[in-house]
Order: sequence, then C-alpha cells, then structure tokens
Amino acid sequence: MNNPNKKRLRRTMMFLNAQKPGLIKDPYIYKPDSIMLDLEDAVAENQKDAARFSLYHALKTINYRGCERVVRINGLDSPYWKEDIRCSVAGGCDSIRIPKTESAQDVQLVEREIAFAEKEFGRPEGSVLIMAAVESARGVMKALDICESSERLFGIALSGGDYTKDLQTHITGTGIELMGARQNLVIAARAAGVQCFDTVYTDLDNMEGFRQDVETIHLMGFDGKSIINPRQINIVHDIYTPKQKDIIFAEKVVREIDEKKAQGIGVFTVDGKMIDIAFYDGAKRTIALAKASGVYKGDL
Amino acid sequence: MINAVGRDIPEEILKATGKEVFQGNHHFDGHVFQRHGANTRCVINSNGSKVVDSIHDVLVKCGIKDGMTVSFHHHFREGDYVVNMVMREIHEMGIKDITICASSLGKAQDELVEYIEDGTITNIQSSGVRGKIGEAISNGKLQGLAIMRSHGGRVRALVTGETKIDIAFIGTPTCDEYGNCRGIGGKSDCGVLSYAMADADYADHVVAITDCMVPFPNFPAHISMTNVDYVVEVDAIGDPNKIATGAAKPTTDMRKLMMADYCTQFVVNTPYFKDGFSYQTGVGGASIASTISLAKVMKERGIRMRFGVGGLTKPMCQLLIDGQVDALLDTQDFDLAAVESVKDLHHYRISAGEYANPFNKGAVVNKLDFVILAALEVDVHFNCNVVVDSNGMITGAQGGHPDTAAGAKCAIVIAPLLQGRTPAICTDVTTVTTPGESVDVVITDYGIAINPRRKDLIEAMKDVDLPFTTIEHLRDIAYEIAGEPQKVEFGDRVVGIIEGRDGTIMDVVRQIKPFEFTEE
Repeated sequence: MNNPNKKRLRRTMMFLNAQKPGLIKDPYIYKPDSIMLDLEDAVAENQKDAARFSLYHALKTINYRGCERVVRINGLDSPYWKEDIRCSVAGGCDSIRIPKTESAQDVQLVEREIAFAEKEFGRPEGSVLIMAAVESARGVMKALDICESSERLFGIALSGGDYTKDLQTHITGTGIELMGARQNLVIAARAAGVQCFDTVYTDLDNMEGFRQDVETIHLMGFDGKSIINPRQINIVHDIYTPKQKDIIFAEKVVREIDEKKAQGIGVFTVDGKMIDIAFYDGAKRTIALAKASGVYKGDL
Repeated sequence: MINAVGRDIPEEILKATGKEVFQGNHHFDGHVFQRHGANTRCVINSNGSKVVDSIHDVLVKCGIKDGMTVSFHHHFREGDYVVNMVMREIHEMGIKDITICASSLGKAQDELVEYIEDGTITNIQSSGVRGKIGEAISNGKLQGLAIMRSHGGRVRALVTGETKIDIAFIGTPTCDEYGNCRGIGGKSDCGVLSYAMADADYADHVVAITDCMVPFPNFPAHISMTNVDYVVEVDAIGDPNKIATGAAKPTTDMRKLMMADYCTQFVVNTPYFKDGFSYQTGVGGASIASTISLAKVMKERGIRMRFGVGGLTKPMCQLLIDGQVDALLDTQDFDLAAVESVKDLHHYRISAGEYANPFNKGAVVNKLDFVILAALEVDVHFNCNVVVDSNGMITGAQGGHPDTAAGAKCAIVIAPLLQGRTPAICTDVTTVTTPGESVDVVITDYGIAINPRRKDLIEAMKDVDLPFTTIEHLRDIAYEIAGEPQKVEFGDRVVGIIEGRDGTIMDVVRQIKPFEFTEE
C-alpha cells in the first residue's frame, strides 16, 4: 500500500460544514491545500443524514480541481461513523479524519471500515488515507502509537478546544496552554515519519494574532494548520512558502554539496556560512516545498 | 434592424419611437444640434412669495392635465416620499395618461403600480426600476413603452427636447420661500441634488418640495430660485434612515475580497496608474473593498489620485480626508460619511449633465482613467446587462454604467462567475445595457478576461501574476458548474427599450411569458 498522496503539501486544511451547499460548492477557488468536509461538530444531531446526502453528491459531482477532500466523520462513540465512512468512500473522498483519537486501535477500527467500503464501492485498496485528530490528554500521551498505527495514516492533528477542556484550562491566545501538546505531537509525528497539523484559530477579527500563531507553529515544525475561513489561507501560505532568498540559498547548498562531495570535500562555506552534509536534507526540503507551493522555477 | 451589438430591434419600435438603432459609442461624436429651451414664466413683481399651501394647489397652478410629463429625482433613494405624495394627489384628481420621467425608481415607489393599472400612469422613463414597478412593466401592465436610460442619457433627452417635462418636482432638504434649494441640511439630508439640476433647467414648471424651510437666501443654492416657480412645504419628504445610512461595514466575504484584490492588482499594473490618475467605483462590496486596497498601494508608492467621481461612499471620502485625492466630484451620496464630506472645500457637487451627458461639450466621464463596475450578466462579447434578471424581469437600473464604461480609459467589471446558481458569464446576455466595446476587463472569482480589443492592456499584463484567461473560458467554467441556462422565454409584446446613452436603441425588453412545465 503506497499512496503517493501521503506526503502531499498540506499547509492549509480548511473546515467546511458538509451540509452547506454555498460553502462546499467551490472552496477550491481560494486554493487551500485540503478541505475538510465536516459531518461532526458543525452538523446538528438531527441533520446527520441530510449532511451525508449533500456530502455524497458534492463529492460525486463537483470537480475540486486538485484540492484534497478530507471528510471529518463523527466520533467512534457515536452511531454515525460507519455510515459516514461508507458515504465518503462511495463519494470518492481522498481521506478520512478521525475525531477524538486516543489509541492505535481507534485508527485500526476506522481502517477496517474503510477497507470494507473500498471493496463495496469498487475503489482501489489503500486509495483512502487517514488522519487522526488528537483532542485529549490521553491522545497526546499516545501520540506515537497513533502515528504508527496504520499504513494509511498520513498525519495527526491537534484539536485545541477539546484538548484544553480536558486539561482543565482554555484557549488563551498566548499558546501557553497548547505548548506541551504541540511539542509532543510534532515530535511523535516526526519520529513516525508522518505529518502534523495544528489546531484552528477561531478569532477572525484578530488577523495579527493569527499570523503570530502560524509563525509559532511553523517554527515548531508543523506541516500546516487547520483553518476555518478562506481569509486565513494567504497568511498561512505566505509563512509556509519558502522566500526567494531561501530558495536561492538552498539551491546553492544542494549544488555545492553534490559538487564538493565528488571532490572529496566535506566542509566548506556558501555565502559566508559553514555548510556540511547535515544541511543537505533541509535544503532539499526547502526546494521540494517551493516546488509544491508553485514558486520554484529552477531545475533541481 | 440589427444594431451594433447584434440585437434585432423591431421596425415597429423604431417607427413608434422615431429612434435609430445603436451604431457604436462614437456615432454622434461631433454631432451639432439646437438645445431645447423651457417655457419660463417671468416673476417681476417683487412682493411675492413662491410658497403654495399644498401639492394639490401647486398642481392646479401648474395646470396639471391628462397626458402631461412629470419628473422626479432619486436622491432620497429607498427613503423617498415625494414621488408617491405627488402621484397620489394626481391620482385623486382623476388625471390620466401621465408620463413619469424619473432619474430612477425603486421599491419606495411600489404603490405606483396601482396607478399604472388604472391608467393614471401610462409611460415611464427612468434609469431603471426595482421592485413592484419593474414587475408591473415586465408583466405588460404599463400601457406605453418604458424607456430605460442612463444618467447621462436622461440629461441628453432633456437637452435635446426629446423628453419635455411639464412639471418637475424637486424634493429638497432645505429651501427658502423664493425657491433656492440645497441638498444639505434639514432632516432629509442627501448631500447633493445633481440629478434634479437638468429638470430645473429644462422643465416648463419647477416645484420645490421641502420639509425644512429656511430664511432667504438659502445660499449657495444648488438649484437656483431663477428656475423655480413654486415652493411647497410638507411634513416629511423622506425617511432619513433610508436616505443616507451609516457606512457599510467593509466586507469580510473572501470571494469579494479576492475579486477586489485582483481588481487592485490589475489597476496598479496598467499604464494609467500614475500620479494624477482618476477613478470611479460603485457601492458593491467588492468595489468598496478595492478602493480600500487601492488606497494602500497609493500610499506605498506615493501616488495621488487627481479626482474621484460618482455616487460616493465612505472609502472614497476617506481618500480626501487622508490627502490621497485632490478633488471629489459628486453626483450622489450613499452614506452619511459622503453627506458629511460634501462640506469639504475639495468635494464638489456636479450635475448629472456635467457628469455624463454625451450631448454636451464634454462630460466628466470622458476624463476618467478607471471605472469599477458590477453587472448581473456579461457575455462573451463583453456586453453587460444590469437591468433585467435571469427570469427576464426588469429589476435594476443602468445608472451611470453605460456612461462611465464608455468614457473611462479602463472600464473594469467585477462579477462573480455564478450569481447564486445562474452563470453571470454567458454566451449572450438577456438584455444588452452596456455595449461590449465599452468594457475592457471582466474580473471574476475564477479568473480575469481582458477584452481582446485592448491589445495594449493585454501587453501591459503579460508578466503580471494574475489568473488571466479568456471570457469564453470563464463562460465554459460557469456552464460546466451550473449547466447552460435555457434561454428566457418572452412574450411578443415589447414593454420597454434600453436606450443607448446617445438616444439610440440598444435593446428591447419584452413581456414576461409565464413559465410552463412540460412533460418530457
């Protein structure tokens, strides 16, 4: 099972209520990397079937123009999640987001249902990926297990609202209350070789606060952020997209290392900075990110 | 006969109106004609006041009779009381066959439908009609032909004498006993009286109606006593809450912000964006947002606007406050900030004629670099429709759309690709109101199309990172998403004409045909 989409670019993952046609008809025009069509919290208890109906038809009929289509299913403690998976897989979704994940078994339960649905609706085995949202102290402590639970799992995401409740605190806007979880999740994800996404920032009137939040998680190593409004997209992409000067430097580093290696030289300087083989992967990553973001025009 | 935008104008309409078909924007350039003059009743006796007790009495003094043409302005927008007040009296006097010549009509005048149905009103000339009057016209209830003409085209019709106003009723926020009118002050403050100025010049009788009498002289007058026959004081000429509202909160709708950003990026990359440029924009969310983002770029690059024109809103007036524009030329105020701004020394009132009349010796629109407009539909020939909705119902107004688009060096139309579930970019608009030769760029949420006639703009944009495409491609995306719309089915009767700004016929509007479901 080797789905090339596991490593795709996911700077922005935008939540959309699956029941709202006006929202789900063309979110791709804002160019988020992924959309997350929500069947869970955004949908009222007595509207779950209606939401699944509009989700299925949207997935079937709308050309999302390369934007990844993730479906957030209802919790495994609800009566809805299995049917949510059937509808999503039948409609042709790319991934399933599991809410409130607390263990590797949670992921494996979902994985089994996805496999059944893939078979039932004639989709190739392994075509549907999984991401796991961690929303509790237990989930944070089990992060590495969750990250290593399934071949289909491309990443984990922090869900700050429920997590802070569980921690008996609340979202402060400073990020202090999220520090441990953020750190733990990124480390676990990197250890397991999967991606890691940060929680939403809900104050749409404070775009400066949002920018600072994104700068923080970018430096912490997150691959991207869950967002709730298209207005947040440009800020995230701006911070996550390598700047031209970084791209030029990364190009030099890669070329110089390749060249110097052939000449048997291990340590040298580029633009006055000491460079050795340890910089190679980072520079390669910068170029890969620039390529995926559509800003790289070179030939590396 | 087929006109320059490919519309077939029925011979009987050409015969009935004595009009020509539209033959291109510059067909009448250099045309010479004699201006119409109004009948003038001299007031030489110096002990008189022009104040008359009631609307009824003033109608009697003006000799109201069947078949007359009466005129109104729309500066009180949805808060207007004047049109209904006058027409109610005319109706009660049993007068029939009235032609209304208004600068615009809207929902505030819904009660006029009754007078259309009973033959009190048989003809309407207006920039457009929103609300129930539009429905009545589209349903064939008006006996005569509705003429929809732009703000500039209306003044042209008055100047040439094509339309002769018997009595002009001018609602005015303040007035003195001798008829000096000002658009400012009082309780129904609308800032300017631009649309009524031509009425005062060209009507045989001019009646000022106010709810705020002030001592003589109410100077400087926006409409002078030299043109006014009578003054009537009434309790209220409008609902101040609906005349000028608080400034609209800048939109947070990302779709509109995105189109606004495309618009600003386009504007600043044209050769016209340089110190001393001129600019007009509308009142839609995207237009207002683009003014705000343009102001930022102007500040960053140290570029000043020489003048801004139009119906004005807060963001344009803010440019004056911030010293980013030398002058504002004002024909209408849409919010309280604009009404307040008109007191500034560099915020000038202009008449609708100065603004846009193609039949004078040069209008302000001819000096515009940019105009930012909206549209209900744009077709692959860049023709725009701003009057008729997707059901074929008359529902909007031309306003200054055709005037500014024709005059500006760069006319930009912003429209979302889909209006609800209806493609806004289509093969042929339902009704042509602004010809494609006037429209240079169409900006949608899915991409931007430059009119192929504008090779200079295409060249200027060749290295600009914006989502450029063709208008046909935009149409194809719209049809791919929403399906190709079926053509609206109309009845045979022509109920209205869309007049070009030069008085020719751009298109006709036919009676609505009720939709019938057919079994497949």
